[in-house]
Amino acid sequence: MPLDHPKIASFNAPFWSLRNWVNAVKSQRPVNLDITTIKFPLPALASITHRIAGIAIFIGMAFLIWGLGASLESEESFNALKGTLGGFIPKLILWLILAGFIYHFVAGIRHLLMDLGYFETLEGAKAMAISVMVISAILIVVAGVWVW
Amino acid sequence: MGMVTSVTSLGKNGLYDWVIQRATAVVLGVYFVCLMGFFITTPDLTYTQWHAFMSSTYMRVFSLLALLSMGAHAWVGLWVVTTDYITTRQLGAIATPLRIAVQAGFVLATIVYVIWGVQILWGI
Repeated sequence: MPLDHPKIASFNAPFWSLRNWVNAVKSQRPVNLDITTIKFPLPALASITHRIAGIAIFIGMAFLIWGLGASLESEESFNALKGTLGGFIPKLILWLILAGFIYHFVAGIRHLLMDLGYFETLEGAKAMAISVMVISAILIVVAGVWVW
Repeated sequence: MGMVTSVTSLGKNGLYDWVIQRATAVVLGVYFVCLMGFFITTPDLTYTQWHAFMSSTYMRVFSLLALLSMGAHAWVGLWVVTTDYITTRQLGAIATPLRIAVQAGFVLATIVYVIWGVQILWGI
């Protein structure tokens, strides 16, 4: 497609081109991108939770990489780590990190499926968002039982 | 007209970032399932079992791949999130320096994670 094709935004249109004025008019239209006033339907909620889980995992990575090092350094450090993981707070941290991974994983599959063009209708997207929440909630509970 | 590139994004344009994010997601998802599968099927894990599992060539390569994928995935993901929320529209003039600072912090942490992880995997 040539760059001056009408389907491409007219970034490189000459200044006298009518298309510039069309865009200028368009840009005057009211927009609301203020996340504090935007309503969150279920698919949006599923999406923003995916982002929150991603940030949580990133912070949790510090614990995981530290744990990986301790688990592989020596038998003593492995057993010490196993002992530490017997405590309530370490178990809670581990469960929270696992919960982040589970949600991010399940919601990530949703994003990949939507990239492939599935669940893009209003009803499909809503059903998919609910499925993501239900499936990850079940898996997170199972992970909690497994950790404790 | 030149394509507007961002100096802080990993792939330098949206299409590269998009592909990097999906490819690394698949690697990380498979790695997560493999590791969880190992933990679930090996209750009362001992050091010997764990060390033998992680020091096999398959797992060494897979772990390094997952670590590098994590670095790229986190970089792209955190870049997208920071550019979406730390904006002039939300926060005014402070947004741009704040966003650059937060992104720099995340990128630094990502690089530290990767180097730290490589050092651990190197020492197995």
